[in-house]
Amino acid sequence: MSLWQFLLENGNEVLSLTGQHLWMVFVSVLIAAAIGIPAGVLMTRRPGLEKGILGFASVVQTIPSLALFGFLILVPIVGGIGASSAIVALILYALLPIVRNTFIGIRKVDPAIREAGLGMGMTDRNLLLQVELPLSLGIILAGIRVAAITSVGVATIAAAIGAGGLGVYIFRGVASVNTTLILAGAIPAALLALLMDFGLNQLERYLSPPGANQEVRGDSARRGNAKGVVS
Amino acid sequence: MSGAVIEFVQVSHTILGNRVLSDLNLEVHRGETFVLLGRSGCGKTTTLKLVNRLLDPSSGRVNVEGRSTRDWDPIRLRRGIGYVIQEVGLFPHRTVAQNIALVPSLEKWDEARTRNRVEELLALLGLEPKHYVDRFPWQLSGGQRQRVGVARALAADPPILLMDEPFGALDPLTRSEIQQEFQSLQQRLGKTILFVTHDLAEALRLGTRIGLMKDGALKVSGTASKLLVSDDPEIKLFLEPLRALVELGETLSSRGN
Repeated sequence: MSLWQFLLENGNEVLSLTGQHLWMVFVSVLIAAAIGIPAGVLMTRRPGLEKGILGFASVVQTIPSLALFGFLILVPIVGGIGASSAIVALILYALLPIVRNTFIGIRKVDPAIREAGLGMGMTDRNLLLQVELPLSLGIILAGIRVAAITSVGVATIAAAIGAGGLGVYIFRGVASVNTTLILAGAIPAALLALLMDFGLNQLERYLSPPGANQEVRGDSARRGNAKGVVS
Repeated sequence: MSGAVIEFVQVSHTILGNRVLSDLNLEVHRGETFVLLGRSGCGKTTTLKLVNRLLDPSSGRVNVEGRSTRDWDPIRLRRGIGYVIQEVGLFPHRTVAQNIALVPSLEKWDEARTRNRVEELLALLGLEPKHYVDRFPWQLSGGQRQRVGVARALAADPPILLMDEPFGALDPLTRSEIQQEFQSLQQRLGKTILFVTHDLAEALRLGTRIGLMKDGALKVSGTASKLLVSDDPEIKLFLEPLRALVELGETLSSRGN
């Protein structure tokens, strides 16, 4: 049976698995951003926390995903068989790029801009909301984009713990040595990743304030140039 | 009150064990431009930051309007003091008008009042309002950017201005132009200004009084004429380039004849 034929005959199932997949990625990246952006901001305010937060997020990234999924099955409340374990694992993986880019984005704001703002009587909150976050929005969104794309890939493994998603086809295909079935999971997942990359890239462009990426002082203020920025 | 708007009383400041200011005593009177002159690292910028409480003194006290800066709410204090720095520090994602309206927007002025004030300031600084309000900082030349920086500092009409080498990054011709404008502006506005520079000519030109700093201490202070006849060795060093220039001029003109 050709791949095309398979997709046509199982259209509904493909769609529902894609939906599950997208949902897992969406929820986990959203939660990761809700944790990661404040954590990144906190690191710029309390330099002592820098090593701890970045260290934690980095160590989590080194755990093999299959092992992390397996481990979470044993954890009560958040873990167990099914989507909640998968989402917890995906959140943990998505944290690093978001935290790191938020931190670097804010740190990259020209110190003269910060000094002028403070000197003219802005509060720390004014400075963060009106200057630092708008100016680093491009870099933060780039981190979210990387997190989302990675999550699409990692989420295929979530099928191993019964969380559903496009990984279901891949695991079934591997078990039955059926290439068509593997492709039926892998190709939609790849397309999903590409689409997400494109969509978030557009959003990045749309939301970046005019002038934020211009070189104001001869030094490179363009986004994505700083060492360690994922974009 | 003696008319001292800014007053340093036995102020010392230590950063990481380094004494950058020691026992500084200084008064800036209402309406005068006091210029702190000195080479890089002599503590003049630190002195400035002690006034708007970006730094706190390690010992001694700084009074603004007769009140120790420690007793001021730092936000209130800073909104009443215009601050201009060499790098300008305009917000790149905001237009010229929004940049100038920084303090008015923090103070929640209404839109009409803010717009009027912005246009008034642009005109005051020689920038045609309708051409500039909607521009972004990267669309301006260095001189225009610095003018916008000064306009931003003046926006809420603060009685005090702190200026940290504001014209230092400009080319000599633009600098001279903007100094001249600034001089006539100051005559009209009568702000109390603490001005930092390493340029003797600028100090002589703009300062009502000048204070010479070296290694965190105030060596000489007084009017330009008093400074020029002082026999302090540091002053002699500052005057050396000027003397050399005059001599060069004489040599060249005698050769020309």
